[in-house]
Amino acid sequence: MSTAFMGMPGFPRAARAAVNDAQLRSNLRTATRTIREKRDAAVSELDDWQDLRAAGQAIKNRTLRHLDLYLERLESAVQAAGGRVHWASDAAEANRLVTRLVRDTGESEVVKVKSMTTQEIELNEALGQAGITAYETDLAELIVQLSEDRPSHILVPAIHRNRAEIRDILASHMAEWGTPAPEGLTDDPRALAEAARRHLRDRFLTTNVAVSGANFAVADTGTMVVLESEGNGRMCLTLPRTLISVVGIEKVVPSWSDLEVFLQLLPRSSTGERMNPYTSTWTGVAPGDGPEEFHLVLLDNGRTNALSDTVGRQALRCIRCSACLNVCPVYERTGGHAYGSVYPGPIGAILTPQLRGTTAEPEASLPYASSLCGACYEVCPVSIDIPDVLVRLREQVVSQPGHRSEKAAMRAAGWVLGGHRRLGLAQAAATAARSVVPRRLPPPASAWTDSRDLPSVPGRTFREWWRDRAEGKESGA
Amino acid sequence: MRIALFVTCLNDTLFPATGRAVVRLLERLGHEVVFPRAQTCCGQMHYNTGYRRDAQRIAVHFVRTFSDAEAVVVPSGSCAAMVRDNYRRLAEPGSRLARQVENLLPRVYELTELLTDVLEVRDVGAYFPYSVTYHPTCHGLRMLGLGSRPYELLQRVRGLRLVELPEARECCGFGGTFAVKNADVSAAMAADKLGQVSATGAEVLCAVDNSCLMHLGGTAQRAGTGVRTVHLAEILSSTEQEPTVP
Repeated sequence: MSTAFMGMPGFPRAARAAVNDAQLRSNLRTATRTIREKRDAAVSELDDWQDLRAAGQAIKNRTLRHLDLYLERLESAVQAAGGRVHWASDAAEANRLVTRLVRDTGESEVVKVKSMTTQEIELNEALGQAGITAYETDLAELIVQLSEDRPSHILVPAIHRNRAEIRDILASHMAEWGTPAPEGLTDDPRALAEAARRHLRDRFLTTNVAVSGANFAVADTGTMVVLESEGNGRMCLTLPRTLISVVGIEKVVPSWSDLEVFLQLLPRSSTGERMNPYTSTWTGVAPGDGPEEFHLVLLDNGRTNALSDTVGRQALRCIRCSACLNVCPVYERTGGHAYGSVYPGPIGAILTPQLRGTTAEPEASLPYASSLCGACYEVCPVSIDIPDVLVRLREQVVSQPGHRSEKAAMRAAGWVLGGHRRLGLAQAAATAARSVVPRRLPPPASAWTDSRDLPSVPGRTFREWWRDRAEGKESGA
Repeated sequence: MRIALFVTCLNDTLFPATGRAVVRLLERLGHEVVFPRAQTCCGQMHYNTGYRRDAQRIAVHFVRTFSDAEAVVVPSGSCAAMVRDNYRRLAEPGSRLARQVENLLPRVYELTELLTDVLEVRDVGAYFPYSVTYHPTCHGLRMLGLGSRPYELLQRVRGLRLVELPEARECCGFGGTFAVKNADVSAAMAADKLGQVSATGAEVLCAVDNSCLMHLGGTAQRAGTGVRTVHLAEILSSTEQEPTVP
């Protein structure tokens, strides 16, 4: 399904380049550490954080168990409020729908609110092929778009760039897309923000169609909710005449009192803020206020597949806060591009293979892109047990064809470990060979000896020592 | 108390000194140690790599081997966590294995849990005249929740100077087969962890898991840095008469 990521190598190969990129490593380390510390401080202020987590988990689980019910309730409420609802089973269908809706307006430009869902379906590329230009209005997304790059983080798409790189991108590319950057632009954050503000202001005032996602969709009232930090989203949601929102079916929450829990969990987890700077809600259409036309495109695109897996479905609880990315030691050293997926980091490693299947690269390698350290589970505001899902997905990957040498080795090891006599024989063989073990081994063991020495094999195993001691050959240690 | 030692396959084969240290330590504290000969492995490597059925077979063997034990001590945070956290996930609900697991689990302890929670000892009478920094391995930290236990034990070792490790909670990059499947990231994580260890100036890096220490020790050795890796059990077993030399 994915054109931009087609031909992406598996994670280990993509990660190698990132690990060796000193600038990238330094940018990522600085950024993730900053957000991590902010999040820790914001979360530690709340005595009831664990209760909130449990509430978030429970609401999402209940909603997912009765998803059909809440989706129908959402559809009725949106229609009652004057909106129109469209169902898309996959990316292609969603893109066709949105393209048609934009064409119906007679416009050839849209402004966009930052949205992971539209990235997932590669909407901008699809619109582009139909002759419609999509303008990203989130500052970080704008930087990514101007530099023809790919996002590297769920919340901070340009996390892999530092200020100097951002200055260069704005200075050299803004003019191609509209209002140019001012002469002599510096890398002062205020100057960079001002350049973006001027560039975007012209865009907001001249574009009649907006495309968004939604963080939440309240079933009871048919209300869409977007949380953002810059205010650009609010401009897109209120100024254009037509608003099209592409929303994954798992984003539904039953009621406003459920929403309350997530409005506490999300900002503290994602940006380390107590309250979100811009929380916009919209319900259908209202005369003289906001868009005249509202379309909701409800997207499946693999989500019911994920829902059918009793362990893996917890990934659908994700509220895209990206806390797991910011604590993940693997993400910190590779950045998002290595994951070959719009959803990077630990959540991407379990979400992407479930949405797209595990038969192709990079999906097949993603469940292994973790040391299972558990830091992601610890910070997740809706308690997604990411390590557990990773292990389940590994089971799925090894049940497919391939992995032949590993399967043989694992079977052999399983046989050896099936009984202590077999283990004893294997240990004896290792001990006998201890003096001839070379310091650098051939593949795949070379992956170990490339950077680490092997421990020397002792002359006697523990069980031999124990036996000798019991037989009185030796006393004490 | 009569304590059954599950030495773990890695310790048995590559780090027998850790097993000997556990025996010496517990016997010094006046307990009897038994070593059920049939024991092999906890199945963690198979489980974490996706070989569930093999892991299940190994789990069946483990619970059978230790079913009669009064207490089982495991000198490895990750193996103890495998048994305590993941055996439940391996057993089908209502199965015989599930019942055996529920029966055995409350008696399985990682070494520092056994010492502080069951034997209720903090000062084990050890002597280890070196500066030591402690790496709280991920499974010990997050799955077992060992918390302050290892520090409380180390603080009472005579001669030992405990040095705080910055960013201690971050993974060392071992992760079992992760170390081979994603060798570049794993090596980068180890290098960063060793950088933190070096910054402490400690002579010895200690942990409750020889797998992490094997990864970090092997990296230190290849890089030619002077830090030595020692399992916590070997520090706690060390005395003036029979010192552990790192």
